[in-house]
Amino acid sequence: MALRASQLKVGDTHSERVVENLSRTQITMYCGASGDYNPLHADEVYVTQKAGYPSVFAHGMLTMGLTGKMLTNYVGDGRLTKFGVRFTNQVWPGDDLDAKATVTALREEAGQHYVDLALSTTNQDGKEVVSGSATARIDP
Amino acid sequence: MAKITFPVEAGHIMLFARAVGDTNPVYQDAEAAKQTEVGGIIAPPTFPQAVAQFDPDYPLRWRPGQPWFGSGKTASGVENRPSGGGGLHAEQHFEYHRPLRPGDVLTVEIKPGNTWERESKRAGKLTFRERIAEYRDQKGELVVTARSVGVTTERPVERS
Repeated sequence: MALRASQLKVGDTHSERVVENLSRTQITMYCGASGDYNPLHADEVYVTQKAGYPSVFAHGMLTMGLTGKMLTNYVGDGRLTKFGVRFTNQVWPGDDLDAKATVTALREEAGQHYVDLALSTTNQDGKEVVSGSATARIDP
Repeated sequence: MAKITFPVEAGHIMLFARAVGDTNPVYQDAEAAKQTEVGGIIAPPTFPQAVAQFDPDYPLRWRPGQPWFGSGKTASGVENRPSGGGGLHAEQHFEYHRPLRPGDVLTVEIKPGNTWERESKRAGKLTFRERIAEYRDQKGELVVTARSVGVTTERPVERS
């Protein structure tokens, strides 16, 4: 179901729990699907003994993908025109993440309605791991 | 940089959707996807990043007979690699002109963008590098533009 401009207002929010107790296996699945096999995400021996981190951690793009799941559930399939993020903190195995979209503007250009959204994904400690913005085509 | 040919395949889209835990049928069920507004399977919004699978020179993929910096007999197969593990991803931005669909054959051209530096308390000197990727379809039309910013750190990032 597409969003309707007539039923939205600035400040409206939508949020979802996009992962609970993130598993190393899910991170490994993301390696295989995305093609990014960086040992930082898959190889606990390398990460702890060589790279200097306490454990493997998620690809930024996995966190963006999880944020995108919330976004497409909200705006509908094939509706996004822009989606951009900054990765502000690492995401670790065991994390719970909540992704939230907030309406920042409703616009009309050449007869097409758009919604602009601010995005924020936070972990179980309330720390932001992704901040960003998106734009989607919506119905009148 | 060289152009990469990226064939978009339904099985790959399904695996990608599974990895992000997205059960939306529009990514994996052809019959259900037909009933949606988009009329068939499409790719999720971050799927363009999977172009890495089709880049013959992608550095973060193990290859037979070549040194690999992950662990084997020792913690790293490449000694004297800087700590911190190399690069991290700082930003990613997509612009979409239409959704990607199975059967699309994309040509992806990746160009370097700006480079800049900044000091950070948590990781020392940060060097940022921007890359712009343009995804064109079999008709030559621009379907996705991606701008990524990578960062290399002087030392591993401290947990804040």
